Amino acid sequence: MNVIETHGLGKRYRRSWALRDCTLAIPAGRVVALVGPNGAGKTTLLHLAVGLTKQSEGEIAVLGGETPGSDKALGRVGFVAQDTPLYSYLSVADTLRLVANLSGSLDEAHARERLSALNIPMDRKVGQLSGGQRSQVALAVALARHPRLLILDEPVARLDPLARHEFMGALMAAVAEEEISVLLSSHVVSELERVCDYLVVLADGRVQVIGAVEDLLETHKVLTGPIEQADDIADTMAVVSDTRASRSARLLLRTNDRELLPAGWQAECTNLEEIVLAYLRVPHVSALPGPSGQQDHVEERSA
Amino acid sequence: MGIDKQISGSPVEFRLDPGSGVPTYLQLVRQVEDGLRLGHVQPGDQLPKVKDVVAGLAINPNTVLKAYRELEHKGLAVGRPGQGTFIRDTVKVVPLREQQRLRTGLMRWLSSATDAGLDEDGIRALFTSALHDLTRQQKGAAS
Repeated sequence: MNVIETHGLGKRYRRSWALRDCTLAIPAGRVVALVGPNGAGKTTLLHLAVGLTKQSEGEIAVLGGETPGSDKALGRVGFVAQDTPLYSYLSVADTLRLVANLSGSLDEAHARERLSALNIPMDRKVGQLSGGQRSQVALAVALARHPRLLILDEPVARLDPLARHEFMGALMAAVAEEEISVLLSSHVVSELERVCDYLVVLADGRVQVIGAVEDLLETHKVLTGPIEQADDIADTMAVVSDTRASRSARLLLRTNDRELLPAGWQAECTNLEEIVLAYLRVPHVSALPGPSGQQDHVEERSA
Repeated sequence: MGIDKQISGSPVEFRLDPGSGVPTYLQLVRQVEDGLRLGHVQPGDQLPKVKDVVAGLAINPNTVLKAYRELEHKGLAVGRPGQGTFIRDTVKVVPLREQQRLRTGLMRWLSSATDAGLDEDGIRALFTSALHDLTRQQKGAAS
């Protein structure tokens, strides 16, 4: 089952497209990172998946064919919005009660248990909690509806390193316990490799890179070798980034075939952060699954 | 006033070295292996629950599962459905007393090597080459 599937999805705000020609399929059971520069369309895609906004063109389905925002989807898709909006003058306990009344389906005991394990007092007003605690309350509320798919928009962007670690720890523990699929957008690329096992990079409202982190790490290599041969390699292989010193070149490329590596060149593994940053620097280069659905390829898109 | 001690009661407290370049699952595997070598981890011990590891380290649950599978593959651990992953009872551990005896012998050898004029790199090279010869001999004897 795909937790999110889109075909030619687009969203236009007045005259500009926030998301355009977006086709993707995200399998269930993944923790997906949605990455991209500001204005790439991340929040728009998340809002479309939750059903907070309607698309201008194309199709989107969640949890194996449900329409976002439909009764069937609403109960099973959880959403934690950017900056975790909560009523600051309500206590934590009242917040839970409010959500229980509004949604009609909240496992209050589940939420209380989570929050007491984190030493968050139930009688404290939400406005008096720290940023980290507030985001934990929002997460507990979302998880207490037992979603199959949890969508989070920049959940850790404003948290300090410790709160960020604790939030991600709590989220991962929930994934381990309940087998939920997670889609989260983030600016913090360095920490994603530990948390996420699937990556979607958006650029200019389009999907630039998509795939399992394991596959991306396996198919991307850094090659270092003599600068005289660098042009030949750049011509024949799918180079994502090309850094040249006076005598040597360092190429990040996408390859499936290790046998192809030329003599005199050294191949090293790379990490997710380097891959993501390399693609973000060249928005016109994409890495998408090929038409066969098996063979991956890199292609230059005409701008 | 002291700091709060975090006591889990588990034989292993996993930690991560993000700068090491070693894949996360492999870091977990090695920490269990090191624990076994040093006697902190013993046959029959239960490894921490996946949920507790991911909550503490903020990593993907699959990473922990992969590490535990690798330990099972190496014959060091065994998964019991519904209970967790345990160190095999049959894992052979060199007892701590024996390790201390070996260490004392090694220290003696090291100081004699220093006396003979070997520096750290020289000692390391000699040790590595001797270890290499030993492994080759054992392989030859086995085949």
